[in-house]
Amino acid sequence: MKILVCISNVPDTTTKITFTDNNTKFNTAGVQFIINPYDELALARALELTEKQGGTVTVVNVGLADSDPSIRKALAIGATDAIRINAEPIDAYFVAEQIASYAKNENFDLILTGRESIDYNSGQVCGLLAEMLGIPSVNAINSLEIENGIATMMRDIDGGREKLSAKLPLVASALQELAEARIPNMRGIMSARTKPLTIVEAAGIEKNSATIGFELPAAKGSCKMIAPENAEQLIELLHNEAKVI
Amino acid sequence: MSILVFAENTDGNFKKSTLEAVAYAAEVAKNTSTTCVAVSIGNVDDTKAEELSKYGADKIVNVKNDKLATFIAEPFAKILANISSQENASIIVVSNTYSGKSIAPKVAAKLKAGIVSGVISYPDTTNGFKVRRTVFSGKAFADVDITTPIKVLAITPNTFTTLENNKTVNLVSTDSGLNDADFNTTSIEVTRVTGKIVLTEAEVVISGGRGLKGPENWHLVEHLAEALNAATACSKPVSDMDWRSHSEHVGQTGITIKPNLYFAIGISGAIQHLAGVSSSKVIVVINKDPEAPFFKAADYGIVGDAFEVMPKIIEAAKKLKAQHA
Repeated sequence: MKILVCISNVPDTTTKITFTDNNTKFNTAGVQFIINPYDELALARALELTEKQGGTVTVVNVGLADSDPSIRKALAIGATDAIRINAEPIDAYFVAEQIASYAKNENFDLILTGRESIDYNSGQVCGLLAEMLGIPSVNAINSLEIENGIATMMRDIDGGREKLSAKLPLVASALQELAEARIPNMRGIMSARTKPLTIVEAAGIEKNSATIGFELPAAKGSCKMIAPENAEQLIELLHNEAKVI
Repeated sequence: MSILVFAENTDGNFKKSTLEAVAYAAEVAKNTSTTCVAVSIGNVDDTKAEELSKYGADKIVNVKNDKLATFIAEPFAKILANISSQENASIIVVSNTYSGKSIAPKVAAKLKAGIVSGVISYPDTTNGFKVRRTVFSGKAFADVDITTPIKVLAITPNTFTTLENNKTVNLVSTDSGLNDADFNTTSIEVTRVTGKIVLTEAEVVISGGRGLKGPENWHLVEHLAEALNAATACSKPVSDMDWRSHSEHVGQTGITIKPNLYFAIGISGAIQHLAGVSSSKVIVVINKDPEAPFFKAADYGIVGDAFEVMPKIIEAAKKLKAQHA
């Protein structure tokens, strides 16, 4: 089985978000970048599947050289090889088109992404990529089994869960319960240094959106404190003052 | 030209998020002097579908087919894209629910349309086509300009009003026009949570953290949730320790929510947790540590032991419920 896992290079979850250049650019100074947590789960499940059934796991990232440490980490976790498409990831559409342009000739049986990246939260690459490749996609999966070329999955839906199946090839996006994230071991870290990381030049693609500026949410006013002995007053305040219950 | 909106249904009924999307599309249509076309797909009665005209739909296309009774991304996306072309739609609006999230990018790719998810503003068309969205899981906002002729907007639930805006009913009932090849995934079983308020749709959310000391104390969360018709949620450590299911975990790597009231008990308010809940309209924090960072993001706070203050709050909430029953 030939699996492709799409990974995003994102700011660590503890990052305090600030902007530069008159609020038009994300301030990366002092920010630690990591593999997007949902993508790590996708990678872990891909490795579990190939360990059981044989095959390869390729990771792909659309990004500049600053993504390389995250890509090397994916190799250390166990990916067979890696592709970096050398372009600034402008938006999900652009990223999906770049990956589609690479993947269309590679005949992957399965393509996995995270549910969304924790920086831009669009959750679009899975659906866009599937459509561009003309194959099905399934969002937000919590389990994935493959047997005889058929994928059986459990996905989150509004207010519940759905068990469904689809013939490979397929694109699916990972939720929390899909797998346990893996920590690279020393052997993995050593072997990652010599595993292939191929840099592919970006396809000439026009962008169809532009982020003009950013803004931070207004700071909350002061918090109204209620003495613990009068805790029941809280309900009255929420009902009559805040009018939310 | 028209503004098209996907009117998502659950078992034949429209949720609040659907009505918000229809009202949003109607407002955009009004501001751009075009018409709002609502598309319902599944097995919704015509009389039910007609209700969408109350929220501003100038035209309702009701696609009826037994095979589409539950949501399936592939055929739904195809139908929506086909009708968008027939109706010459310049903007396609969906609500950013699980179904909306799976259908929006597919429709965008089919129509070569620029797409923005998590939209929290009406489009500003004075210079280009600008919408505001949340980024970094709610830690910031971004203004995005879409430059393609067709645009797809996935709007955040519980952000826009469901303004009533009565229009004359104009409903077209149609079959899907799909064939078997369009169904490339097979639904095996759908399990819906019953008797509980769904977290992503809840207007009030009661959430517990490590401060509650163990799953056996969750009655403090559940009893308040019951009295306030609220959904229950938890912090990441709580779901990591299996005190509660992952499906209740709110925060940057869990579910991002935007209720009217978020009520946090025994949660310190780590930056990752705040990211997932900071868009809530009102935040209440109960914590015994006065230095808990969550108080800085809260509207109401009590510094105290949850085991002492919660019974008083639950009692008061029950009284309020009884008064309004």
